[in-house]
Amino acid sequence: MKIFMLGWEFPPYISGGLGTACYGLTRAMSELGIEVTFVVPKPIDAPQASHVKMLSPSQVRASAGRRQTTETIEEMKHVSFRQIDSSLQPYTTPQYYQQKIEDIIRQKNLQSQYIEAEQHQMLEQWEKLAHQSVGAGQYGGDMYTEVHRYAAAAARLALQEEFDVIHAHDWMTYPAGIAVAAVTGKPLVVHVHSTEFDRSGEFVNQMIYDIERRGMQAAQKIIAVSYLTRNIILSRYGIQGDKVEVVYNGVEQNGDNRAAFTDIGIRSDEKIVLFLGRITMQKGPEYFLMAARKVLEEIDNVKFVMAGTGDMMHRIIEMAAQMGIGHKVLFTGFLHGKDVQRVYQMADLYVMPSVSEPFGIAPLEALNYDVPVLISKQSGVAEVLTHVLKVDFWDVTEMANKIIAVLKYPPLQLTLREHGNFEVRRLRWSGAAQKCLRIYNELFQTA
Amino acid sequence: MASVCFYFQVHQPFRLRHYTVFDRSPRYFDEFKNASICRKVADKCYLPTNRLLLDIIRRYEGRFRVAFSLTGVIIEQFQKYCPEVLSTFDALAQTGCVEFLAETYYHSLSFLYSRNEFVEQINKHCELIERLFGQRPRVFRNTELIYNNQLAQTIEAMGRFDGILAEGADHILGHRHSNFVYRPSSCRRLKLLLKNYALSDDIAFRFSNRQWKEYPLMADKFAGWINNVNGNGHVVNLFMDYETFGEHQWRDTGIFDFMRHLPEEVLKHPDNNFKTPGEVVDSYEPVDTIDVPHIISWADTERDLSAWLGNAMQSNAIHELYKMEKMVKQTANLELLEDWRKLQTSDHFYYMCTKYFSDGDVHKYFNPYESPYDSYINFMNVLGNLKERCLPTPSAVKPATITV
Repeated sequence: MKIFMLGWEFPPYISGGLGTACYGLTRAMSELGIEVTFVVPKPIDAPQASHVKMLSPSQVRASAGRRQTTETIEEMKHVSFRQIDSSLQPYTTPQYYQQKIEDIIRQKNLQSQYIEAEQHQMLEQWEKLAHQSVGAGQYGGDMYTEVHRYAAAAARLALQEEFDVIHAHDWMTYPAGIAVAAVTGKPLVVHVHSTEFDRSGEFVNQMIYDIERRGMQAAQKIIAVSYLTRNIILSRYGIQGDKVEVVYNGVEQNGDNRAAFTDIGIRSDEKIVLFLGRITMQKGPEYFLMAARKVLEEIDNVKFVMAGTGDMMHRIIEMAAQMGIGHKVLFTGFLHGKDVQRVYQMADLYVMPSVSEPFGIAPLEALNYDVPVLISKQSGVAEVLTHVLKVDFWDVTEMANKIIAVLKYPPLQLTLREHGNFEVRRLRWSGAAQKCLRIYNELFQTA
Repeated sequence: MASVCFYFQVHQPFRLRHYTVFDRSPRYFDEFKNASICRKVADKCYLPTNRLLLDIIRRYEGRFRVAFSLTGVIIEQFQKYCPEVLSTFDALAQTGCVEFLAETYYHSLSFLYSRNEFVEQINKHCELIERLFGQRPRVFRNTELIYNNQLAQTIEAMGRFDGILAEGADHILGHRHSNFVYRPSSCRRLKLLLKNYALSDDIAFRFSNRQWKEYPLMADKFAGWINNVNGNGHVVNLFMDYETFGEHQWRDTGIFDFMRHLPEEVLKHPDNNFKTPGEVVDSYEPVDTIDVPHIISWADTERDLSAWLGNAMQSNAIHELYKMEKMVKQTANLELLEDWRKLQTSDHFYYMCTKYFSDGDVHKYFNPYESPYDSYINFMNVLGNLKERCLPTPSAVKPATITV
């Protein structure tokens, strides 16, 4: 089975869960012997990206630096990469916000005369981490033009390739998927990791919505990352149910990575509650803050760390200040690779208060790092996890109630950690890849 | 001779209301939920089954006999929410064919944590039963049939009991069978009745299971299995939750018809009869002693305590609870004492069970919480408030922030 896969991003150049998902899925597919040609827009004008060419798997892995090269070549031997010159960037633009956050943190640093020494140290740490942050391209010009330019280039590329099925990840690649299907006549699968309704609530961008719906209509099969997302596809996009299958995301085993990080030694006697994700409407950062304020009414020795960037960053920082809990909330900016591991390992609890989360891989990662997890019931991942705490995102009192309980009662933390880590081991990418293969086979047979 | 000995467990806990760490109210229990569940189960199970049994008892003129164990907390709920159920139990008591057993008033695990509290709760329960039904319980059953040698010893030492019930677990019986009366190895006088779990579970669990090869179970078939015991045993102890009738096995499974016809089928054999546990104790001598050094129960396939004390949350919650005994009793505040005791009901710890949680099985059905974690958090918040109320200088002011 040969797959022509269209994506937006691939590690190490990621700004969200999509790149992680594509990496995990293609690796597991490779292990099943599925041949994947992965097409990504190549970030142009990005100084840090210019030295990396995603042409061969070994080069990719070497630059990602996650695994040993020999091992990786083995793992990804069936995956090859094609790049198209395009400045397409998933989710908005990380770098722009990166800049902004650093400025804000710096200002905050200067203004506050009362910051304790350890906090100071922590801020410095975060700043250091932030500097190593996302390197890839600036977004310039018209995104829609870019999407269609990508589509045209992908179609041209497809004519030189041999494959059985087209697999397109999220809306930016749907036009490309449609174009490739049109020129090659191969069946199209679109993989919905999120919809415009998740990202923008009721204020949908009509053009993006149209692109999404056209992609879903043109596809022979739609893969949704959860039943939550499947329901949105059915109710909001008017797609027939028998066309939409649910394939849950997985998480990679962190394995021996953990041993290397036992010596971080920044642990103080303060508890750390972690928010990790884009600071956007979709992720519910303001509910995290409101819950934090309530927690601080009861408990004092706790800090709230918000790792990530996004268009609400500025507002959230100001909101924390207005609530009078600015000294208890730390902003790290966007975190990468090792820093993500580090922040997970420092955390006593990971909170994902998402307003609308199609799936949510981060809680799986947190569980992988033995961190107890509190997630909103409005997330797809809530469908597969039982050994976690769940709360409605708007119920900040209950959110605070549960955060306090985790910090206050070690047996709760222990039980969540033990069972959660065990449970997450069942959610591997290999399961997702097998389901995809079954879907491909069905298409292949009917085609 | 084969005596059929029915004993039905009747119990509902006082469920807690949603209680966050921010709550300061001393009202812990969910009146609405408890009232509606009590009424629902009364309509589906307690009332129709009581009427059916009353009917059968009258029809067989004393030849059909059963036993009940009603916990103190279910009696309190009947008094509050559906007194008509109590009057039907009273009618049953007046037939002279119904025996009431003793247990811990609060359906608690107190035997494991406080012998003092354990004995107090049994005495309180016996007084209630005597006051309501005019009979002094002679046979004791512990919460969830939790049992070991020490328990038997403690019960014998109380001087008021002639018999005790336990699960007929294979590993304590060995080659022996539950269809005889035994003596606990730690006792001289007390007699031990063991549950025939195979035949009990045929009614309680498998009755409506269409995958079961004996489905559908009819009264004559079941009576045939009872007849097989003739010559191989004295008594068939059928112990089960009373909610089996109409609640666990719905009316449309035919469970009521099964019960209606069972006495007739059983009594067709001249050597069969029905006896209550007290009568079994009077009629048969122990054939052997049974040694149970380790604790057993009637729960799940493990027959152990893991459903109540299997994880860190459960043992933490129960330890914290019993640690407060002295503090609560020193206040001499009856309201506090009662709240503390209602928290001892084993169901609260059962809700925190993480075993099988992911599989969504029988444990889930009886659980008012979405997850065992929610239940632990709720319980600990209530316990936190109770502790504050025990402090010598109770203040209405919110306590200062704490360090965890």
